[in-house]
Amino acid sequence: MMNRRKVIKALATGGALIGASVLMPGLALAGWNKEAFGSENQDMAMKSLLGAEPTASADVSLKAPSIAENGAVVPVTVKTAAANVESISIFVEGNPTPLVAEFMIPSGTKAEVSTRIRMGKTSNITAVVKADGQLLSASQETKVTIGGCGG
Amino acid sequence: MAGIMKVKAKSKKEMTSVKLMAKHIMESGQRKDKKTGEAIPAMFLQGITVQHGGKTVFEANLGTAVSKNPYLAFTFAGGAKGEELTINWVESTGKTGSETAAIK
Repeated sequence: MMNRRKVIKALATGGALIGASVLMPGLALAGWNKEAFGSENQDMAMKSLLGAEPTASADVSLKAPSIAENGAVVPVTVKTAAANVESISIFVEGNPTPLVAEFMIPSGTKAEVSTRIRMGKTSNITAVVKADGQLLSASQETKVTIGGCGG
Repeated sequence: MAGIMKVKAKSKKEMTSVKLMAKHIMESGQRKDKKTGEAIPAMFLQGITVQHGGKTVFEANLGTAVSKNPYLAFTFAGGAKGEELTINWVESTGKTGSETAAIK
């Protein structure tokens, strides 16, 4: 016979299973590079996202504050003078996972993106522009007085 | 969660500038519940795609280090007042949404 306790237990297990399936991330979005976003090392993240390491270029302009009072909200703008831009990605070296975001720039869209990012501690921000098959980058150090990763 | 996107799109000289803010907590998976000490599971927006007239004009793949209530600004060629933008989003949980916004 199934008593009340068993029924509740069964319901709870079923609920946990549904929860687990909901938590499986990834597959829904083909373009989201799980390996790159999950990488804890900036060089590895760059390699798995872009295939190679970028070279510093004056064609890339990275605008970010030199001191961020609040690491939870650091405004960043990346723009570039390079032609045929395919993507712009942002990395923060000192974060648990350095890859912050990747933006696809289709033709017709200006190679300029602004967003707001989190920084756990003082670190270099690197913007990488993929243009004409080349990887160009610009870096800047931003000092963080209050980290953005804690609770 | 209907309508998480706040969009300001303005057409000027055949260019449309888009400022987009998504209302989302962007839980990084790094935080701990202060009472139980257990990690709060990650739940964040993974992808945002903006389309205009059937053409993708902007696509963002986001990680957990994007701030709460993600803000994005970009500009594309074309677009006119009264036309519509379609914004599709995907959460790390697999949840998706599609919203529209008018260009002003």
